[in-house]
Amino acid sequence: MRTSTSALKSKDLLGIEPLLPEEIDLILDTAEGFKEVSERPVKKVPALRGQLVINLFMEASTRTRVSFEIAEKRLSADTLNFTASGSSVEKGETLIDTAENLVAMHPDMIVIRAKHPGAPKMLADRLPNVSIINAGDGSHEHPTQALLDAFTIRERLGRLAGVNVSIIGDIAHSRVVRSNIHLLTKMNANVTVAAPPTLIPSEIEKMGVRVVNSLDEAVEGADVIMMLRIQLERQGKLSFPSLREYYNTFGLTPERLKRANSEAIIMHPGPMNRGVEIASDVADDPRRSVILEQVTNGVAVRMAVLYLIGGAHNVE
Amino acid sequence: MSNLLITNARVIDPSQELDAKLDILIEDGLIARTDKRIKADVETIDANGLIAVPGLIDLHTHLREPGQEHKETIATGTRAAVAGGYTAVCAMANTLPPNDERAVTEMIIAESRRHGACRVYPIGAVSKGLAGEALAELADLRAAGCVGVSDDGKPVWNAQLMRRALEYCTMLGIPVIAHEEDANLSDGGVMHEGYFSTLLGMGGIPAASEETLVARDVILARVTGAHVHIAHLSTAGAVDSVRQARAAGVHVTCEVTPHHIALGDDSVQSFSTNLKMNPPLRSAAHREALLAGIADGTIDAIATDHAPHHFDEKNVEFDIAPFGVIGLETAFPICYDRLVRAGVIGLDRLIDLMSCGPGRIFNLPGGTLRQGAPGDVTLLDLDAQFKIAAPFQSKASNSAFIGQSVRGRAVTTIVGGDVRYDIRATKKKAKK
Repeated sequence: MRTSTSALKSKDLLGIEPLLPEEIDLILDTAEGFKEVSERPVKKVPALRGQLVINLFMEASTRTRVSFEIAEKRLSADTLNFTASGSSVEKGETLIDTAENLVAMHPDMIVIRAKHPGAPKMLADRLPNVSIINAGDGSHEHPTQALLDAFTIRERLGRLAGVNVSIIGDIAHSRVVRSNIHLLTKMNANVTVAAPPTLIPSEIEKMGVRVVNSLDEAVEGADVIMMLRIQLERQGKLSFPSLREYYNTFGLTPERLKRANSEAIIMHPGPMNRGVEIASDVADDPRRSVILEQVTNGVAVRMAVLYLIGGAHNVE
Repeated sequence: MSNLLITNARVIDPSQELDAKLDILIEDGLIARTDKRIKADVETIDANGLIAVPGLIDLHTHLREPGQEHKETIATGTRAAVAGGYTAVCAMANTLPPNDERAVTEMIIAESRRHGACRVYPIGAVSKGLAGEALAELADLRAAGCVGVSDDGKPVWNAQLMRRALEYCTMLGIPVIAHEEDANLSDGGVMHEGYFSTLLGMGGIPAASEETLVARDVILARVTGAHVHIAHLSTAGAVDSVRQARAAGVHVTCEVTPHHIALGDDSVQSFSTNLKMNPPLRSAAHREALLAGIADGTIDAIATDHAPHHFDEKNVEFDIAPFGVIGLETAFPICYDRLVRAGVIGLDRLIDLMSCGPGRIFNLPGGTLRQGAPGDVTLLDLDAQFKIAAPFQSKASNSAFIGQSVRGRAVTTIVGGDVRYDIRATKKKAKK
């Protein structure tokens, strides 16, 4: 049985929802230490030497998969990338069978990107001898994204408590927004979500957020503006009439950004649709945009997560 | 045909407003007499300490045969039924092929006679192939033995087809059983739309999906004068619609399931696929409305919607698992716990909901211990405590209640004077 002896109480990272504020602080503090590793000439520490990490990606991903792999390599872990395409998943093998077969080869950790919500929890419940790290499960959670977002906010603004964060875009289908709401509310930030009512999920205000249907209201007084990707396939159906209309009502432009606090930062988890949810002038604004810093910080945060889960465990 | 004497039972029969310590004599498979100290030289069961009730009747069972025998068969499904105290089940039409023609009905009846542990009343399809386009041969299905018609599993989306089915069934004297769901509103949802679907990032099935179609069908029942029976009602708005329509004299009846009474959408946080069914587990406000409907008589029946699935089919992510849970073996203890022990209703009302009511609204022979009724009796032990666990008598184990400790169960199930299930060893032969 794999158990955690680190300050994280679980052997797995399935989401932000189960984490305590002090666990979040621990991960962010640990990430600060690891950030420097990526700036060295020899970008490697031996923390996970001899450990095998499998990156099980059932869904397409660029940033998250690459970021995890780099984090694993910088911690000296052995890594193996498994993607659904080209595997027996295409022959109809189920996720649980796939994972059980991988576990039979004794990995220490499995990083999973899943199409369906709850898939990481399903694996964690069934596979006691391996740690599961959720790299995004459907529209449920994407914990390492929220952690790297928090790391970036903390680095830029010096704190999380009391910060006004507005998250704008496809709230209904976003795993990023759910993990961010859990994290930011636990750390006493003020969260506003903004979208047309068709992209606001039922009863989200019970998660402790303010809901508005106006970009201007969301931007007003914000310290952090987090734009979410609009899935292009949703246009012209039931969520909103057209990309044109979406951009006109919820696209972040330099003009509309003027309502934000003067030091407000712009975030985006990527991939961006330039000219849909965000104008290039804003996305590339060297003073305000921290979009590429998020990517850089992602490696440090994932190193911290991998280290805290994998580097400080025992196997009974 | 069998003869049987049940002695010393506390007999509860809401159809006769009976609650007394009596003996029950079954002769030639029929209730001959309920009286004090009956003397008869027949096989005798001493039911001292037990409660004898008219055999439970499930209006909503998926036996899966023909076509999906890997999930359940008529033999295993009816064994699950008698283990849960049921002496009759209504078998839903969504088999493979569906029960949309006489030959399938006859096959189900013949197989039930050969291998069924309890009575099986087939439900025919409303539409050919359950396709929702053309009426099935409803009169022929009725003649072959169907006691109602339903496209259950999906709604009759075409309002004109629903209207015509209702009209046609007024001639046949059988109900149209309605699975109420606007598939456009459900839109790929997998659980109740609300706070927990938002929290878990899962597609929601809004209450309005059920409520809009119930409202439509109540109106169609009014204009046709037909009997519509709302299957597995799960929402507050649907309870309101039924209550108002009933008050206005519309012939509408309805059932709720034990799982919709006992469990809420918050439980889906475990992502257990044994909590995935359609309609989905609802929020607390909806469950309270169901309890109010049970308490005030709006709800006529508790039905299981017993929907067995194979282990492999459920052993996948929640999103892609099939809808449905088994329920025959757990219905009584769960309802006894959540309704009677919790003080919502009395035991007599629960027996009415699980036996008399179902018999009455579908015009079935059972649901009463009156003289001449089928000799279908269930003996209940209200003190028996057990933990719900697999394996079940059902071929499937997709129960939403695994791990729950419950009290009260059927210990003996008698169908037509034959003991079809008995967990006690108290059966004694009468002295010759």
